[in-house]
Amino acid sequence: MPTLTVDGKEVTVEPGATVLQACEEAGAEIPRFCYHERLSIAGNCRMCLVEMEKAPKPVASCAMPAGDGMVIHTNTETVKKAREGVMEFLLINHPLDCPICDQGGECDLQDQAMAYGRGSSRFDENKRAVEEKYMGPLVKTVMTRCIHCMRCVRFSSEIAGVDDMGAVGRGEDTEITTYLEKAIASELSGNVIDLCPVGALTSKPYAFTARSWELRKTETVDVHDAVGSNIRVDTRGREVMRVLPRLNEDVNEEWLSDKGRFSYDGLKRQRLDRPYVRTNGKLAPATWDEAFAAIAGKLAGLDGSKIGAIAGDLACTESMKAAKDLMTALGSTNMDCRQDGAALDPSCRASYLFNTTIAGIEEADACLLIGTNPRHEAALINARLRKRWLAGGFPIASVGPDADLTYKVDHLGDGTETLSQLASGHHPFIETLKNAERPMLIVGQGALARTDGAAVLAAARKIAEDTGMIADGWNGFNVLHTAAARVGGLDIGFVPGEGGKGTNAILEGAAGGGIDVVWLLGADEIDTGRLGDAFVIYLGSHGDAGAHRADVILPGAAYTEKNATWVNTEGRVQMGYRAAFPPGDAREDWTIVRALSAAVGHTLPYDSLPQLRAAMAQDAAHLADADVIATGNWGTFGLSGDMAAEPFVSPVSDYYMTNPICRASATMAQCSAEIGDHSEKATGTDG
Amino acid sequence: MLRDEDRIFTNLYGYQSFGLEAARKRGDWDGTKEMLEKGVDWIVSEMKESGLRGRGGAGFPTGLKWSFMPKETDGRPSYLVVNADEGEPGTCKDREIMRHDPHKLIEGCLIAGFAMNAVAAYIYIRGEFYREAEALQTAIDEAYDAGLIGRNACGSGYDFDVYVHRGMGAYICGEETALIESLEGKKGQPRLKPPFPANVGVWGCPTTVNNVESIAVAPTILRRGSGWFAGIGRPNNTGTKLFCISGHVNNPCNVEEEMGIPLKELLEKHAGGVRGGWDNLLAVIPGGSSVPVLPKSICDTVLMDFDSLKEVQSGLGTAAVIVMDKSTDIVKAIARLSKFYKHESCGQCTPCREGTGWMWRVMERLVVGEAEKQEIDMLLEVSKQIEGHTICALGDAAAWPVQGLIRHFRPEIERRIEANTGSRAA
Repeated sequence: MPTLTVDGKEVTVEPGATVLQACEEAGAEIPRFCYHERLSIAGNCRMCLVEMEKAPKPVASCAMPAGDGMVIHTNTETVKKAREGVMEFLLINHPLDCPICDQGGECDLQDQAMAYGRGSSRFDENKRAVEEKYMGPLVKTVMTRCIHCMRCVRFSSEIAGVDDMGAVGRGEDTEITTYLEKAIASELSGNVIDLCPVGALTSKPYAFTARSWELRKTETVDVHDAVGSNIRVDTRGREVMRVLPRLNEDVNEEWLSDKGRFSYDGLKRQRLDRPYVRTNGKLAPATWDEAFAAIAGKLAGLDGSKIGAIAGDLACTESMKAAKDLMTALGSTNMDCRQDGAALDPSCRASYLFNTTIAGIEEADACLLIGTNPRHEAALINARLRKRWLAGGFPIASVGPDADLTYKVDHLGDGTETLSQLASGHHPFIETLKNAERPMLIVGQGALARTDGAAVLAAARKIAEDTGMIADGWNGFNVLHTAAARVGGLDIGFVPGEGGKGTNAILEGAAGGGIDVVWLLGADEIDTGRLGDAFVIYLGSHGDAGAHRADVILPGAAYTEKNATWVNTEGRVQMGYRAAFPPGDAREDWTIVRALSAAVGHTLPYDSLPQLRAAMAQDAAHLADADVIATGNWGTFGLSGDMAAEPFVSPVSDYYMTNPICRASATMAQCSAEIGDHSEKATGTDG
Repeated sequence: MLRDEDRIFTNLYGYQSFGLEAARKRGDWDGTKEMLEKGVDWIVSEMKESGLRGRGGAGFPTGLKWSFMPKETDGRPSYLVVNADEGEPGTCKDREIMRHDPHKLIEGCLIAGFAMNAVAAYIYIRGEFYREAEALQTAIDEAYDAGLIGRNACGSGYDFDVYVHRGMGAYICGEETALIESLEGKKGQPRLKPPFPANVGVWGCPTTVNNVESIAVAPTILRRGSGWFAGIGRPNNTGTKLFCISGHVNNPCNVEEEMGIPLKELLEKHAGGVRGGWDNLLAVIPGGSSVPVLPKSICDTVLMDFDSLKEVQSGLGTAAVIVMDKSTDIVKAIARLSKFYKHESCGQCTPCREGTGWMWRVMERLVVGEAEKQEIDMLLEVSKQIEGHTICALGDAAAWPVQGLIRHFRPEIERRIEANTGSRAA
């Protein structure tokens, strides 16, 4: 533990810390542009120069390892002059077009120029101008503003794992580019916007729409995948202007996937802003009373067993709890939160969680992927896996889709044949797992949402148990969900009760008799063609597949428009907060269910959100504790049996098109067209 | 003046063959095995005692540098890298060694490599040196065939390989860490230090980077003894040195001379004197483009070695003596150097990337006097803002010529500004 003196103050820092970190520890602020604690050290901006005794020149504090007995000065005339000098150099070729720059108000260069720069420039020559570069539909460039800190380049190659960005040319002609000026082929590309300390890389969808100081900031969580990334939603009036990540070391660190960041324009399109009732085969606008009356009329005298409910991927736990209670009151046990039909076992919590936890990946030392493409299903978990892989000593193998995950994966096979070999211990990779101290496996929904899902789950459990993944203080068995709603739904038991029907049975019943009413709680990813002649009630926010088929539409709130609870794939309970109100007549989902319950004569026993949450906690006590993970006990789950020969396929075929919000987003459509994997060429009718 | 029998580079002018047979006749590869048998400690201490300072420009003691290499391996191999990317304008000494006397370099590689327990030497040769690379490779092949290097080199039981790697002509790749990056196949941009190459060098392994001349003189020093080498020159500035004399002299040449020879003697004895006589001398850049220029008044008496030139705020650098007589437009000459540094800046760190272009543009205006007088001080200040604030020494190298110009030729710059202002006023 080196002890050093910073501005006369003694500090002791961790071994391996830098002088810059020591200075911060001592309370001395060090300006910087290129240094970023999650990226490798570049030491190229030279803004962090400090004076070190016995060194002939000022040293770059970000790159200098803290050594015992060092004496550092950060407030001397030399340091002041060095900072002024560097600042002046950075500004001579910077356009100083702050009034028309989107970074204005949240610009490192602006702030540090005020704090550490001279009042004026002595540069009397022409400024350099740089041609714009095309970086895809998400990142807008004004490359003349670039100060060559290389943060974006380092992020791309280190964190995102794509070498799409780089610097070409040298000296003052150095330019940051994507080489061939194509879109950055990464699900994390938007993070370069946050990293850019100037206005060179800004958000294209957000461009020129707002100033940072006009926005109201609401801290909430993302629902586009099951990671539960912590986000900040910036709104102006009722409109969501942008979404930014928020720091949470245990979940998303400080990154956000592109879908979570850029799909917000989908919140404005295809919205259900009033109830509809189908009359004479056509959906017609209706009042709430008319919609409820239509439902009440249909339910009157109907046996509970003829009603089924399916919850979608974005549903909040509150709405599922209210829906479950209403279904129970109606006498139905036909409900399922697994709209993909995955063979998850709700009775054993450890069987459907990402038990290792996202941060725990960094402690693992071997990994097996089963039927998953984490890069598309949970981009930030993939980034953690890459981070762990980069640290070395982390063999990763996969059974299932053979995809480029940005790290080296040993592709063992496509499907169940290889999985059987692993489960029976006949595959050499089993030895790797057995020899590891903290092995882990990740089962994707692509392996579970099949007719043989229960057998696959049992095989995965056997592998976990046989290779020592279940040990004291370590659980290496992980289920990777793709839906933000899933774990919450399983936790509160939005699953078939005794004698109840699951998703497949409900759909079969709807098509073939036995189910007369199907209630879709934002479920859009089912095959609506299988709903037959059933009377379909759709409660959700977007006019997507479910609403299209519905007989009654109840307009609900999107994730930015309600105070609600989601549980991420780790089992982490997180609270979302309302950033804007739902449009038109749309309401928060649970209040709709509560109102409907009164209309059908089974009034639910809660009148406020706290009361509802208290009821939720009755079902699952851990739901009362936000931001913590309640671990589940290990148990026996899955059903051993024959497995089908079909290969595992990731449930996410198009990363940018996974739920109603992103399907309504023009930005996501553009991304899908440009970056997504499209073997078929666009036809003349495509836009 | 250096006696003929004290010359190390006896085939500097290529009057004889560069091949192995001729090299042996000149004394190369004589008793190499016995020298290796005396052991690492003997070699390093002899090198230290010889007082040899690195010939690449910085003048760091070579023996000391070798001693920084780890004695015990931690599993990583060690490497010797020879910097043959001779790019400093005015310098052309390593080129002569490689095309006329390559066996001195190869033998030096073996001895230096042995002294630092390296498994191989990489000679990073400037891309433009095409024929030199050919000659060097031919000599290496001869040495392999004769069993001098490779497995059981010289019968010593020590295995040592020598590889030639051709650069692509970037000046910055002569900076040792940029050279390492380039050797690894990356963009030639200097690394941050620490860690120093002796800890983390090529492919993350302990590495020493030495100049061609430093390595090539090592075998002769060991053969003739450190005392012999230390007896030449002045204390702390010992031995012989290759001087590259170019510019306005009657006979531009490369010559091996004693360290500390007076500049005037060097020019008059070997280069036929300044064109038009000594009094026609305007200025001399004594050590390659990056060191500050010296006016005639200093050139009259200055000695050519590290410490003497440092005393007059210049440097020996690579000992590339660029002579300018009174016909020279000195401001334009230095402006040309500024353009060179602007062109060769790698663009990695701010002061050099932005500052070299700024300095060059101001210099171009000063050439024609299109400036205000206070801009001279501003330019000086800008150069000080670059100097010492960059990752590598290219920032210093860009700043020093400008500083030298302002230090010694300020009246000339002011005269041009006045003339220009006068003509504008008229």
